[in-house]
Order: sequence, then C-alpha cells, then structure tokens
Amino acid sequence: MNGLLAVLLTLVGAVGTLTVAIREPVRQTIAAGFLSLVLALLFFALQAPDVALSEIVVGSIAVPGMLLLAIAKIREQEQSADHEPGEADRGGDE
Amino acid sequence: MTRGRSVTALIGLVLLVGGLAWGATGLYGFGHYHASYGRIVAHASVPDRSATNSVVVTAFDYRAFDTLGEEFILFVSVVGVLVLLRRLRGESGRDEENVAEEDRRASESTRWIGLAAAGPLVVVTVYIVVHGQLTPGGGFQGGVILMSAIAFVAVGGESMVLLRLRRTSRWVEMAESAGAAGFAMIGFGGLIAAGVFFQNFLPKGTSGLLTGGVIPLANIAVGLEVGGALLMVIAELFDQRLRGRRL
Repeated sequence: MNGLLAVLLTLVGAVGTLTVAIREPVRQTIAAGFLSLVLALLFFALQAPDVALSEIVVGSIAVPGMLLLAIAKIREQEQSADHEPGEADRGGDE
Repeated sequence: MTRGRSVTALIGLVLLVGGLAWGATGLYGFGHYHASYGRIVAHASVPDRSATNSVVVTAFDYRAFDTLGEEFILFVSVVGVLVLLRRLRGESGRDEENVAEEDRRASESTRWIGLAAAGPLVVVTVYIVVHGQLTPGGGFQGGVILMSAIAFVAVGGESMVLLRLRRTSRWVEMAESAGAAGFAMIGFGGLIAAGVFFQNFLPKGTSGLLTGGVIPLANIAVGLEVGGALLMVIAELFDQRLRGRRL
C-alpha cells in the first residue's frame, strides 16, 4: 500500500467518523456529501474511475440534494403545525 | 426482561464481530486480486470487441442481461415515486410566485457559479455517454451527470427550470421510456440477428467512437433512461417542497 492510499483511507475514516458525530441534519448532509467526495478520490486512486464518477455525482449531489429537500419539507410542516395545532397529528417531538 | 434483551444482544454482537473477523482472515491481501474473471475480461475486451473500457464491455455486452434487470429496477422505482408524489398534486398559479420568490434569494455568486457550470456539464454528459466504450464512464454516469447539471441550474437561482421541466414532463418521460425500451430492443436485436439474447450483432469497428458493436447504442439508451428518470424524480421532489410552502 503506498502513501497516497494510506492518506486517502485515513481521510475516509476521519470524514466518516465526523459524519456520524455531527448530529444536526443539514450539517450532517453536507458532511455526507464530503465523505462521498473523499470516497470518490479513493476509488480513483484504486483505479476504479467508473465507480468514482458514479460516487461523486450520486453521493455528492443527488443524495444530499434529496435529503436537503426532505429536511426543508419536514421543517416547513413542523412550522405550519406550530401555527395550526389541529392540522398535523405529530410534530415537535425533538 | 431488560437483562434478557441485553444478553441476547451481546450474543448477537459477539457472533457478528466474530464472524466478520473470521471471514476477514480468509481474504486475499490488499490489492492482490486472484480471481480469473477480471483478468479474462480485461484481456478479451480489446481484441474481442475493439473497446478499451472493459468495465462497460462487461456491463453492456458480456453481462448485459444483468444490466437489463438493473435498468428495469430503476424504471419501476421511478414509476413508484411518481405515482406516490403525483397523487395529490393541485395545479395553481401560485407556483410561479413561489418559485420567483425562491429565485430572488440566490446570491449573485451562487447564481453565476451555478449557471456557468451547467453548460459545460451538459457537454461532459454527452462526452461521457458517447465515449463509454473507450474511456471511463458510460450511460449511467452520463445520466447522473445530466441531473447534476439541472441541479446546478436550480441552485443558481433558476428553479423555474424545474417547474417547466415538470410541466413538460411528457418529453422527459418519453426519453426515459425510449431509453428503457431501446436497451431491451438491443437485446432482442441480438436474438433476431444472432440467435442469442444480447449477442453483440453489429460490426465491432477498429478505432474511434463507432467501436464495440452495440455498446455505444446501449450506452445512449441507458443514458436517456437514467437521465430522464432522475430529472423526473428531482422535478417531483422540488414540486413537493413548493407544496409544503403553500401549507
């Protein structure tokens, strides 16, 4: 194993741990996107450019985008549940 | 009661960790590949198919039947998402107001970066799809890169594009369906021309873009299907968010 792989594997471990450690959903989503970026670099260093291409787009753009849209929708519903208590049956359980 | 559950969990955990550790001891060393399949494919793809990207040759030729199954998994799951999300959609003129308000909130620098990235990304999409059999990439990667181009446009404060995309989604749907059907038709073409489903029945060529027989066609079909599917999903998710705002 050469130095580049050692650095990238360490980075993947560090960013992965960071992603789990962050508890705030929006920041966690951004950290997960960054993890995909580091993973893509690792795949590229391991001579799998096809996988790296898929990982970089799906992991860094598609999945965070969908998660952010979902988080935005949940927050809006929680806000509207605060205004009209009878409309939503659950909300604010955090 | 709680104690019993802890003991059960502990036994399960010990079995899992022990099993993983036992399995890991039997693995080959890091970077030491011993199986023969990869080596055979890597050596066969250039003389056999005139294509240098053996990953794509495997996915779209030697094991195209697997890819057909995966492609229909994506197709069916996108249909499922659309059926769920479109169920309660109400068309209203307030969409434009909401989107325009949304777009005004994008900062000048975000706007420029988003819009400047979109054009080159579309070019990259076409490049990745048509060079699939030669360089890393292919239909799936091209399709997801196309979606990222649209995402950049939306982030750059032009969310109106997603609204229009949803309104004119018939064309996107047609592209997606044509891609899914086209890939299956390539399989049937092999059945008709050579007697075997997904047999590579076109001339393999020698160099340039027209190599690999049916592989470039398969890449274009899968690119259309994946790109169309993801565009529809992102447009529908965006629509959901607008609907949330109207509540």
